[in-house]
Amino acid sequence: MSSGIVMIDNIPVEINGEANLLALIRKAGIDLPTFCYYSELSVYGACRMCVVETKKGAIEAACSTPPQDGMEIFTNTPRLKRYRKMILELLLSNHCRDCTICEKNGQCKLQELAERFGISRVRFANTADQSPLDTSSLAIVRDKSKCILCGDCVRMCHEVQNVGAIDFISRGAKISVSTAFDEPIANSSCVGCGQCAAVCPTGAIIIRRNTDQVWEALSDPQTKVVFQIAPAVRVGLGGKMGQAQGENLMGKIVAALRRMGADEVFDTATGADFTVLEEANEFLGRLDSGEKLPLFTSCCPAWINYAEKNHPDLLSNISSCRSPMQMFSSMLKEQFKHSNRTVVVVAVMPCTAKKEEAARREFLDDTGQPYTDCVITTQELIAMIKESGLVFSELEPEAVDMPFGTMSGAGIIFGVTGGVTEAVLRRISVNKSNGALRSLAFTGVRGMAGVKETKLMYGDREVKIAIVSGLKNAEELILKIKSGESYYDFVEVMACPGGCVAGAGQPTVNNAAKQKRGQGLYDADRMSSIKRSEENPIMMSVYSGLLKGKVHHLLHVDYAASYKERQQSLQEKGCPK
Amino acid sequence: MSQVCDYRKLDEILEKHRYDSASIIAILQETQEEYHYLPREAFDYYAQKLKMPIAKVFSIATFYENFSLEPKGKYVIKVCDGTACHVRKSIPVLERLRKELGLSEGKVTTDDQLFTVEIVSCLGACGLAPAITVNEKVIGLLTPDKAAEILAELKEGESHAKA
Ligand code: SF4
Ligand code: SF4
Ligand code: SF4
Ligand code: FES
Ligand code: FES
Repeated sequence: MSSGIVMIDNIPVEINGEANLLALIRKAGIDLPTFCYYSELSVYGACRMCVVETKKGAIEAACSTPPQDGMEIFTNTPRLKRYRKMILELLLSNHCRDCTICEKNGQCKLQELAERFGISRVRFANTADQSPLDTSSLAIVRDKSKCILCGDCVRMCHEVQNVGAIDFISRGAKISVSTAFDEPIANSSCVGCGQCAAVCPTGAIIIRRNTDQVWEALSDPQTKVVFQIAPAVRVGLGGKMGQAQGENLMGKIVAALRRMGADEVFDTATGADFTVLEEANEFLGRLDSGEKLPLFTSCCPAWINYAEKNHPDLLSNISSCRSPMQMFSSMLKEQFKHSNRTVVVVAVMPCTAKKEEAARREFLDDTGQPYTDCVITTQELIAMIKESGLVFSELEPEAVDMPFGTMSGAGIIFGVTGGVTEAVLRRISVNKSNGALRSLAFTGVRGMAGVKETKLMYGDREVKIAIVSGLKNAEELILKIKSGESYYDFVEVMACPGGCVAGAGQPTVNNAAKQKRGQGLYDADRMSSIKRSEENPIMMSVYSGLLKGKVHHLLHVDYAASYKERQQSLQEKGCPK
Repeated sequence: MSQVCDYRKLDEILEKHRYDSASIIAILQETQEEYHYLPREAFDYYAQKLKMPIAKVFSIATFYENFSLEPKGKYVIKVCDGTACHVRKSIPVLERLRKELGLSEGKVTTDDQLFTVEIVSCLGACGLAPAITVNEKVIGLLTPDKAAEILAELKEGESHAKA
């Protein structure tokens, strides 16, 4: 419904519910520059890059001005150009300019806009001071001297993730974005989701890079390097690799890794099939006994961190299943334990929190070595492919290795919000017809909404299910559960809004592209001849072979017990809780 | 170095504001009145009780210059260096106070936690310039010698209180 017309650079544009001029201008095909605007965050209106000029000569920030019928605005007048240049110069005047050695090189918005607006010199003296890096987190690295104070990370962490680990500290010239008492981020309430890094326009918050470790393993003939690739990764790199956004590029990734020297390449979706069987079992058991319901999913390590820090009382409701990555890593280590070379398992993940998960105490083998030796993100994989000079578009797709060469569509859709739930439902639904399977897709489990609910009959019991992504959504749901306002039997939680396809380790894209990635996974499921995890032909042999007597040891974890242990040892050390 | 908080006191303050996070500024204000600064424990405690991120509480506390994160002395002396006081020689007063107490720009509180000396701009008592406040009480028309006398009296009072 149109509610009027705005003249943008002399072209009439209809208002159709756009909340601000910026959205309208973008609809008109103009890429107005911004630093501090994200449609999913509150409007801050601080950077002033999005300025427009009205007919009367007033300068307004488009992101914080609602459109009104009859407005006439201009987006690219000489005054605006001068204004934007001035802002960029001011930002650069106290910003480090070591672009060539910055992790964000080529992906930095400040760099991009400086180029776009032709900044060739800065009229002000450089007053940037070098602050020490905060490398305390395994997920992210902070460099305050590259911060332009746009506040995107602060609002993301607080408004979307309900964590609030960072905020503006002090004011005036001393202002910075930091944790309380400027403590290392690892000591804060940070859960490692990396979403702050995903919105940071500069190199002030970046994802920790572990590619050196992988290159080293790959170049060592004494090392057997075993890769596993998470579902979301295959649909995450298209946009950066000259392929279609959301296209399933698994085959090419496998080929690229082999060319780089990988010894074995597997699909984390195979690991996910084991997660489905274990989690479905656990769920049915709890439905029977009526204990510890709702069952919360356990695949997302940022969610686990969040629960530990904010809802330790819920830890025993969380599934005892290790995440697909961890299940698969321990199985791979078991499979290759007699190798005469050192086995290194590298997980390629859409996720920064997985870097923390891999280092958790619960996931070290008897010698203290992590089952997952190294986690790299989709972005790091892209960097490695580029570094190796491989022309991605020309690679011929290849299949993953045996003996874990098969996976189900159910395992593949783990990468998108609702996928885990749908996969578990496929497993527990009594009606195994194709029609029943297809109709599951329409029960409300699919779609990028942050909160989804569905009901389903299991025997004569109605099973109530909730699916949330984004930790703020999780928090609100938990409060409703705790207050008794809502009841669920099964709750899927993913920290990243939209699920792992929108993980912080993926190249940053807009919402439309995230949706395409999700669709890419559903397409892969549709094309797959195996739909249900239990139909994966390797199941029988693995359960009766490699996993025999080791299911608990290799596939499960007790987060509630480790929490208790940690609290106890803290108390013994005399630390207040 | 932070003194261990009496959580009952913090509870009282919270109670008074009905555990309303929107009143955080008033809550911090009263906490500061109680302890003359904002003790670290108060941040943890309030964040937990008000269900606010601790970084947010810290952000608010550091936004207002009035809040102090460092322990302050029993007597907080604010020396005015507003225009009127400055031209009527507030700096020698400041220097004398610092000298008597062994303080400097970087060290504002004495080791025995008795005195804190700070600089502020215009106390609104320009007619009495140069002026200082001692725990909010304004004392005007100062000279360095008078300032030293005030210190001596305060110290005297303290040693009586102890005896
Ligand atoms: S990684 Fe996530 S939780 Fe940690 S500071 Fe960033 S947004 Fe907040
Ligand atoms: S760290 Fe990045 S996102 Fe956060 S305020 Fe600074 S520039 Fe903006
Ligand atoms: S939703 Fe996925 S990508 Fe995001 S933190 Fe959780 S596991 Fe990682
Ligand atoms: S994007 Fe509008 S002010 Fe920053
Ligand atoms: S200048 Fe000191 S009181 Fe006004």
